[in-house]
Amino acid sequence: MKQKKARENYCLGIESTADDFSVGISTFNGEILANIISVYMPPEGGIHPREAARHHAETASKVLEEAFKKAEIKPQDLSIIAFSQGPGLGPCLRTGATVARALASYLGIPLVGVNHCVAHIEIGKLKTDAKDPATLYVSGGNTIVSAFDSGRYRVFGETLDIALGNCLDVFAREAGLHQKPSMPFGAVVEKLAVKGKKLVLLPYTVKGMDMSFSGLLTAATNLLKKGEYKLEDLCYSLQETVFSMVTEVTERALAHTEKREVLLTGGVAANKRLQSMIKAIAEEHDAEFCVVPSEFAIDNGAMIAWTGVLAYKQGIATPIEKSFVKLRWRLEEVEVPWVR
Amino acid sequence: MKQPLLIKKGAEASLYLADWHGRKVIMKKRLPKKYRLSKLDEQIRTYRTIHEPQLMHEAKRAGVPTPTIFLVDVKNAAIIMEFIEGKQVKKLLGEVSKSERQRLCLKIGELIGRLHKYGIIHGDLTTSNMIQNSEGKIFFVDFGLGEKRKELETRGVDLHLMKRVLQSTHFRFAKECFNAVIKGYSKVLDAETVKNVLDKIKEIERRGRYVAERKGG
Repeated sequence: MKQKKARENYCLGIESTADDFSVGISTFNGEILANIISVYMPPEGGIHPREAARHHAETASKVLEEAFKKAEIKPQDLSIIAFSQGPGLGPCLRTGATVARALASYLGIPLVGVNHCVAHIEIGKLKTDAKDPATLYVSGGNTIVSAFDSGRYRVFGETLDIALGNCLDVFAREAGLHQKPSMPFGAVVEKLAVKGKKLVLLPYTVKGMDMSFSGLLTAATNLLKKGEYKLEDLCYSLQETVFSMVTEVTERALAHTEKREVLLTGGVAANKRLQSMIKAIAEEHDAEFCVVPSEFAIDNGAMIAWTGVLAYKQGIATPIEKSFVKLRWRLEEVEVPWVR
Repeated sequence: MKQPLLIKKGAEASLYLADWHGRKVIMKKRLPKKYRLSKLDEQIRTYRTIHEPQLMHEAKRAGVPTPTIFLVDVKNAAIIMEFIEGKQVKKLLGEVSKSERQRLCLKIGELIGRLHKYGIIHGDLTTSNMIQNSEGKIFFVDFGLGEKRKELETRGVDLHLMKRVLQSTHFRFAKECFNAVIKGYSKVLDAETVKNVLDKIKEIERRGRYVAERKGG
């Protein structure tokens, strides 16, 4: 054991809101020592919450062990345990929460419940040095445009129905495409879209600051079934349309809030085309473009660990009897006293 | 025309203050968006440039003050309209007394009610898109995302946005403001319609991915 490390404070973060089970370890200074992610990939169809939860339970000890090994610390070196308390799928959240409670009570250290959406923003800020950005958070479960104001991350725009990532995933499944842990559906669609040339017009639904993707998904799926267009062209058109929509809303939020930075975070942040669009609006408004590195774009334990540190430093902890999971915990419900 | 002065670079369009045949006017220009493919971009800009003046004109008929349109230049995606001298409701809400705030929100609700009754959906009911002139008359601007619709769903989405804007930008008095908006709205539309629209707003909120009161899941 290295002497220097033993004196430091560490937080272990557990993420299990949906299909990923992940453990991250962060120092109190924001150095990420480990970020081990185990992805659950259903053989077919979408995520079945119970099946995903089973995967999490089965893989938990292995992921924990790997994280400690990677960080080169022992469980006894930890100061706090953080876990994603919501929002997400019930069975998945409960599995992560159970592991977190067990660890915290066994080690006799504080537990910190973290909001998953806040964590995506915080890891983005940590990794890009953004201080006060307008944020576009896009993933398989969320599509949120937010910015900090008076103690909280306020939601300026969001989806009125399904998430952008979900829209891409369902389309890919309908098209009979397959995903791998190294290449999720979003990446599969992106790869095909690069080869697309013909833009097929699809419903472009922006309602003020909010967006709707379900009608567009139906339209794209119907065109797919008709078989008149190449799959590459449909992927291309789908991407262009949904990304233009979120970019338009993000630009509105940027113009409205007059923030000097734009942060792109969440699983879909890895998409190069979306990155180029958000970069374009950042330049247009003289704001700095920040994108979370891909390792921290998808759901990960490091973001939970780091957000746990931020909260704990403000005296926030979650007693075990209050550590029940919150399936629909909205971003703007969370006070973030560590910001400014 | 004298050199137009850029007064607001919005997300969707740029607004210029200009002199047009001796008149102070606003030129609203939808500039191409580099991030969008040109085909998609042109379609969106042309559509909004044509539809916005039409809706603004119809809003007048519905009894909602809007800037008068002088010229529509489809090719350049530009609209020349009356310049309303006044203050944005966005700024006013934070500055005025509680009773004045109530009065403003009541009036806004009434104006939204008139639009909806007439079959117009504004599409971007934010407090930045409402201007009070020196005589206390409230003008609605920016109908770029508007539609001619009468369905409960679209009315609900329209008002839901208003509610959301109050919660995000005017969160300190969001509740009292929205209640006043609904009170004003009820002056124009009958009780049953108002109830149905309010139920719709709740449904829209529940439809959102993560809402505490959403059942099941």
